[in-house]
Amino acid sequence: MKKDASQTEIEEVTLSDNQSEPKKTVRISGSEAIVRCLIEEGVDILYGYPGGAIMPVYDELYKFREKIHHVMTRHEQGATHAAQGYARISGRVGVAIATSGPGATNLITGIADAQIDSTPVVCITGQVASHLLGSDAFQETDIVGISTPVTKWNHQVTKAADIPKVLAKAFYIAKSGRPGPVLIDITKDAQFEEFDFSYEKCTGVRSYRPVPTSDESALANAAKLINGARKPLIVWGQGVILGEAEAELKAVIEKGGIPSAWTILGASAIPTTHPLNVGMVGMHGNYGPNVLTNECDVLIAIGMRFDDRVTGNLNSYAKQAKVIHFEIDPAEVDKNVKADVAVLGNAKESLAKLLPLLTKNEHTDWHRRFKDFYDLECEKVINADLHPTKEGLTMGEVLKEINRCSNGDAAIVSDVGQHQMIACRYAEFTTTKSNITSGGLGTMGFALPAAIGAKMAAPEREVVAIIGDGGYQMTIQELGTIFQQKIAVKIVVLNNEFLGMVRQWQQLFFEKRYASTEMTNPDFVAIAKGYSIRAKKVTKRDELKEAVAEMMASKEAYFLEVRVEKEDNVFPMIPTGASVSDMRLE
Amino acid sequence: MEEERLYTVSVYTENNIGLLNRISAIFQRRHINIESINSSISEIPHVSRFTIVVKMTETQMKKIIGQITKQIEVIRAFYHTDDEIIYQESCIFKIASDLLFEDRQIQNIIKESHCRIVTVNREFFVVEKSGRKEEIDQLFKDFSAYGIMQFVRSGRIAVTKEKLKVSQMLNAFNQ
Repeated sequence: MKKDASQTEIEEVTLSDNQSEPKKTVRISGSEAIVRCLIEEGVDILYGYPGGAIMPVYDELYKFREKIHHVMTRHEQGATHAAQGYARISGRVGVAIATSGPGATNLITGIADAQIDSTPVVCITGQVASHLLGSDAFQETDIVGISTPVTKWNHQVTKAADIPKVLAKAFYIAKSGRPGPVLIDITKDAQFEEFDFSYEKCTGVRSYRPVPTSDESALANAAKLINGARKPLIVWGQGVILGEAEAELKAVIEKGGIPSAWTILGASAIPTTHPLNVGMVGMHGNYGPNVLTNECDVLIAIGMRFDDRVTGNLNSYAKQAKVIHFEIDPAEVDKNVKADVAVLGNAKESLAKLLPLLTKNEHTDWHRRFKDFYDLECEKVINADLHPTKEGLTMGEVLKEINRCSNGDAAIVSDVGQHQMIACRYAEFTTTKSNITSGGLGTMGFALPAAIGAKMAAPEREVVAIIGDGGYQMTIQELGTIFQQKIAVKIVVLNNEFLGMVRQWQQLFFEKRYASTEMTNPDFVAIAKGYSIRAKKVTKRDELKEAVAEMMASKEAYFLEVRVEKEDNVFPMIPTGASVSDMRLE
Repeated sequence: MEEERLYTVSVYTENNIGLLNRISAIFQRRHINIESINSSISEIPHVSRFTIVVKMTETQMKKIIGQITKQIEVIRAFYHTDDEIIYQESCIFKIASDLLFEDRQIQNIIKESHCRIVTVNREFFVVEKSGRKEEIDQLFKDFSAYGIMQFVRSGRIAVTKEKLKVSQMLNAFNQ
């Protein structure tokens, strides 16, 4: 970098330190430098698990424990998911730390999840000493090689002096543009080595353009299409939340009078009760927005990537519509759906610029179509889910009770499967960044550790984890973390004694051959109590309301198991390979 | 169905460990076989240049260029068809020396193909040839009849007919 740029960086650092003296250095070890870098980046909490190759860093974490809170999860996968939960609810970078070898490989599922769901996470792994690299040393694994396809960036450090620059770059890359996970692998000798430390935040990487731009004509063309549309439909995704464009989106929706639907990761950006919020798109989304995707004349995609679970069969997806794609990642444009107009950039800026170009509109008749479809969906699906008359409990009525107690203010952390679809369909949201779930990767075991991270990042929020009996047992050991750290998360296990979503597919597409989906479950209440977590089990409808109310009123962690109907299915549904307009209601 | 063509991808990158892995993973993940790959320095100091030859449709190619460009340390990526570039490959043959002296035909092949004798000793001689793939294929076929002790060929390297504005872009970054 040339002089000018680095001058600016130094100035920014001194400004943040409120000092006008020139940059000072201190002679410290690489491991102390790592902890100081984290503190410089504003990290207050990090999640991890100690082990041989990362011990020097843990020694420093001990010394700095008043400034930075390390949470020992019970498995490194839990550390990455907790870091994700932390990031998703707060918008800040989540941090996970682990040792070499198995510690590092255990992070991978969470890293892959963060990559596909664009979550800003920095993972730090210890590595064997540099002279041992490639020798198959104890707990040596090529974590940089292994993590390459699932990280936004990764790097191995073998010299202490490189630590500040590399970590500064890691935080910058994780958070900027389309966020994602970064892994930094640091050899043990670099952790011990002493050097002259100083810290400068990273403000740019010359080969990396985090926020691309489109020329003004793209916006003008988009506005022209929207203003001329008779049946416009907005589908927004997580890009709105990551770009903090909620207010801008709301203004666009209201001015244009445009029915607006969301992807699973876009949920909560606009309150569920907003009259122009027409629900979720995708495989188990709402009937209206899915079917009418194939009837709209202009489809306005904002910060979403046309995932196959959203589009169904691409050959019959919105073929009649002009497609406008607001997107920060140029590689997403035309990847799955060809855009007639692509507006590159941050959703917040793009939508703010779009707003004055829009003419005020109402589209009353078009909006009524969504209402009609919603009424049909109520009649066929929703009423039976939320107000069941059969004996067995439904997942939907549990969500309804949670909504009643939370008034839509809770953050809902869901796992993967039927309960996840039900949670996303029925949870009410008044606040953005409140739907935390594993969307792209579909990682069972995500919710319990992610809820830990979410609650710690936003202790003032009510955080309710909704988990199936299958996924719960994938990371159930994190009850230990909740117990030790006294984290007041609410845990709801919707127990149908099945891997419900797989069972549903076996019923619909494999002639009810229930191969390895039935679960003989342990006494979940006893397990929770073993960790001194208040726990209750509900098997009857008349117990539900009170139990949910008791859970929600609890000031500490609370576990609630609800025995739900064993073989309920989630509808509506777009079967794999079918068109969005062929969504099944039953 | 869109037609598959041979494309030459030129990628300008920072010179960092692991980038080759990151770029090749983009192809591997999509089950695409790389015809050839070459990495070297470029005209810009400290900037590497990858030349990758792949066969695919243009739609696929564009998506892959997007994925390559997205990598943090990739500065720019371009793709070109054969008629848009000047390209060469290089190869080396090791052949038993007695053939050179005993079989006149070998000498004719060397002369006609314009390949260069790098070294000759009692046991073997080495010839080198730079050219297009077809020329090297032909040479391989010609020598095969007499027995080749060793053969190696490089990946394609190419420069484009059009200007690649990489230096300008980097200058803009640095200002």
